[in-house]
Amino acid sequence: MRTSLRRDFDWFSFHGTVLLLAGLCLVLLAAPTVIVVVVSFTNGFSLRFPPPGYSLRWYAALAEAEQLQAAAWNSLVVAGWATLLSVVLGTAAALAIARSRRLSARLLDSLFLSPLVLPALAFGLAALMLFSLAGIPVSPLTLILGHTVVCVPFVVRTTVAALSQMDPVLLESSTSLGASRLYTFRRVTLPLIRPGILAGGFIAFMASFDNVPVSLFLRDAATDMLPIRMWQDLEGRLDVTVAAASSLLILVTVVLAVVMERAAGLSRRMAG
Amino acid sequence: MTAGPAMATAGPVAAPGRPVRAWTAAYDIRLALPLGAFFLVFFLAPLALLLLVSFYADPGMTRFGLDQYARFLLDPFSLRVLGATLWLGVEVTALTLLLGLPLALLLTWAPGRLRGLLTLIVLLPLLTSVVVRTFAWIVILGRQGIVNAALLGLGLTDTPLKLLYTEGGLVLALAQVQMPLMVLPLVTALSRIDPNLADASAALGAGAWRTFLRVTLPLCLPGIVAGCLLTFAAAITAFITQSLIGGGQMLFMPMYLYQQASSLNNWPFAAAIAIVFLVAVLACVTLLNLVGRLSRGYAQA
Repeated sequence: MRTSLRRDFDWFSFHGTVLLLAGLCLVLLAAPTVIVVVVSFTNGFSLRFPPPGYSLRWYAALAEAEQLQAAAWNSLVVAGWATLLSVVLGTAAALAIARSRRLSARLLDSLFLSPLVLPALAFGLAALMLFSLAGIPVSPLTLILGHTVVCVPFVVRTTVAALSQMDPVLLESSTSLGASRLYTFRRVTLPLIRPGILAGGFIAFMASFDNVPVSLFLRDAATDMLPIRMWQDLEGRLDVTVAAASSLLILVTVVLAVVMERAAGLSRRMAG
Repeated sequence: MTAGPAMATAGPVAAPGRPVRAWTAAYDIRLALPLGAFFLVFFLAPLALLLLVSFYADPGMTRFGLDQYARFLLDPFSLRVLGATLWLGVEVTALTLLLGLPLALLLTWAPGRLRGLLTLIVLLPLLTSVVVRTFAWIVILGRQGIVNAALLGLGLTDTPLKLLYTEGGLVLALAQVQMPLMVLPLVTALSRIDPNLADASAALGAGAWRTFLRVTLPLCLPGIVAGCLLTFAAAITAFITQSLIGGGQMLFMPMYLYQQASSLNNWPFAAAIAIVFLVAVLACVTLLNLVGRLSRGYAQA
């Protein structure tokens, strides 16, 4: 009787602790997002929570916030090009280094993933030094090149993972049935690794769209980027328009994330 | 795109007798050339240049010397900034592990539907803009924020507490921002553990705590190390969150670097800060990787 009581206590205390801490963690994860969305519907001028009343006035203000809109457009263009470059260069590189045990492939793998752990700010400064030494003025082009360096690891990582999960028997059977290598690549390999490329490209796009450290050094005065604009707005005055912009970004992100989860199993691939 | 033809002609076509070997290195290594060249020009060359610039003795960059490193390593202020940055990383990593491990456990227990919802909540911060996430913490921790409103409402305090621009507030905000980087590798590691092992442990009379400490925890050590590595590296380089939540009084390495480079235009010193920071990050990452390799051997044994 006493041992069973002790076992029950043991079981409940363990699962209770896990549930409590996990619950705290979930609140910590979700609360900030929920709060930003709620505050963005305030009818007041401050970021008070809960808001005194609700309105859409800050979304209307967003429609006239030309600075924010221009910055958002710049960020979209740079992220689009950086993603395109990352997907093309990253997929080709992943094909070369995945499933290979050669030392050169292992070294390249480490090299291509290294921007993930290096402080991006240090890289931004280094890239600025290179461009100024070469006499290339900072411009949207330098931004795209810099962003590609920090975004390409995401594509390489997810594509290499997708390639190494592929069953080699499929490729063998395709070849033994007489298919050429190119045909096998198009009809067998590519469909199998497409979710990996897609997930990597999505993460790369988000990383570029959200990048501040590299943009700080590589943009010219005329090119305003959305996260930098918002950051500077926040450092100056706490403007509710930023809350509305943030909520819109959250909405778009959640929709895209759910779509990508369905299409490419995003969460599995992000775990790396 | 040069990739197509190289692929079509590369390597021997798998003959029926030895297909597996031919396919293990399925594609030509030359496919990595475009990205390799890109990295050489836009990644390795800048880093080499950064190293070179850090060896200039004066801001005007006229003569070489170790002056910048001496200036950093002999200056108590700079060393304090480095120490504070690394310590911040340790605090954030510890908090994310403490809260992230239970959540990862819960995720592995949860049935399909609930699991999907929980996964979305975990992923959300990773996908939301860093500025947005940080902004949310300003709303929460500010003088008119929720925490202060609640404390005032409950009569626990008469004047709003200063939460923003404190280290505690910063650690909390960074923990939220970096939590997914901890939880996702943990979930992967936990879901690889054979559930029979926990059952066996229970059948042999071990309680829930003992099973967790002696079976589950050692087996998911590789996941813990991977999560700590990602969280630590992300927390110490989280420039935006550090500057917005930490405010002007707390200085960490990224902001220190940025100030020297942009406002003071002292490139050699900024480069030296960057190199010291890079070396410190790499040293921590290598150390953790080593621990990870050891723990993986342990987990498989």
